[in-house]
Amino acid sequence: MEKAINITLKVWRQAGPKAKGGFETYELKNISTDSSFLEMLDVLNEQLVSERKEPIAFDHDCREGICGMCSLYINGHPHGPDAAVTTCQLHMRKFKDGDTITVEPWRSNAFPVIKDLMVDRGAYDKIIQAGGFVSVNTGGVPDANAIPIPKKDADEAMDAASCIGCGACAAACKNGSAMLFVAAKVSQLALLPQGRVEAAARAKAMVAKMDELGFGNCTNTGACAAECPKSVSLSNIARLNREFLCAKFKD
Amino acid sequence: MWLVNSSIGRKVVMSISGTALVLFLLFHAAMNLVAIISEDGYNMICEFLGANWYALVATAGLAFLVVVHILYAFYITMQNYRARGKERYAVSARQADVEWSSKNMLALGVIIVLGLGLHLFNFWYKMQFTEIMHMAGASAGDIALATDGVYWIKETFSQWYYVVLYLVWLGALWFHLTHGVWSALHTLGLNNNTWMPRVKCISNIVSTLVVLMFASVVVYYFVISLI
Repeated sequence: MEKAINITLKVWRQAGPKAKGGFETYELKNISTDSSFLEMLDVLNEQLVSERKEPIAFDHDCREGICGMCSLYINGHPHGPDAAVTTCQLHMRKFKDGDTITVEPWRSNAFPVIKDLMVDRGAYDKIIQAGGFVSVNTGGVPDANAIPIPKKDADEAMDAASCIGCGACAAACKNGSAMLFVAAKVSQLALLPQGRVEAAARAKAMVAKMDELGFGNCTNTGACAAECPKSVSLSNIARLNREFLCAKFKD
Repeated sequence: MWLVNSSIGRKVVMSISGTALVLFLLFHAAMNLVAIISEDGYNMICEFLGANWYALVATAGLAFLVVVHILYAFYITMQNYRARGKERYAVSARQADVEWSSKNMLALGVIIVLGLGLHLFNFWYKMQFTEIMHMAGASAGDIALATDGVYWIKETFSQWYYVVLYLVWLGALWFHLTHGVWSALHTLGLNNNTWMPRVKCISNIVSTLVVLMFASVVVYYFVISLI
């Protein structure tokens, strides 16, 4: 059943990476509860454009929860108050008429603000470049089913691989740590025979890159897993620790 | 050196020093229980662990662990504060399954260190330290009472304010350990989805056991002093 609500938005506005930012307050009337959070922002931007004001910059792409592009720290939660969804999958029916909603960009030293609600998450790409891959020689493609893999391992690898690299883990972490992301990326490959070959080198390279980029030290608070839109499990971090320590002890 | 330079290495140092300290607490608490069972037995332990070379070596090792644990805690917290960035969130909510203690480990640690200072003044200073000074030829405190642990327990816990301070201290220790024990195992990689609830359960049992053993002595001697 369609319903419309009136809300007040407090949005972080910042002209550029070096500019000083601050909150702006906007009133929005008649927002359909069936619209997604991003559609609501589209309505606001239309309104701003018609008033000849600068629209709010925010990241988005697929709008179906798989690309990892949308971000936004909504009322103290990355991807909003709903569990296991991205911002684009968050609906306005989760809010009440008359609510004031505070929208902030990810806050982390390694994710500098580009403009308004947009942050540079290139740090995650650099971590992937450091080791989040499997090296394969060119030539005939081997049959994927030629290597038997236990269902349990395949499932766990798949669960880890559901990480979309949105950055919510580092944004939620009080330590600004990227451990859940790195743990998911290391796990998805370490659990499979194809990824085992480079497992030790990968764990070392990705952790070294993560530290170099200025992410914090994980203290196992679990805020990352609680806020992860893909429900990536905290035990991946234990696996990363295990992989890293085994690799170091072998040296 | 990866134990200093890498984030996981730093956490391993916290984990191993912390685990060693938990083992010490279990040992210490078990010995304290003797004070309830037999006063003479407790004083025998006090004599055995007085200014003897093995007790002094163990004390020095323990002090080293405590210092390492504290220095790393401040170093890690400082780095993490910086990693969070200059701008802080205007609104931050708490997540249902995030323990309160896990976000306040440093604050709890500071309370524990303050309590430790008081504890060293109440007991260690008057017992092992007095013995050491006596052996060095200086006179500090009453050497006759240096191995009379029960005397100092009675002396301290007959005063209500020490009882309150010690119980608050033990409360902070309980919160610190409920997160610390399972987190130490997690950091060493000894965890998975099946074991997650188990290690958290073990963590709660260990911390409750330690705190109950210590607290029982405090309460027992406070009640005795009232009778």
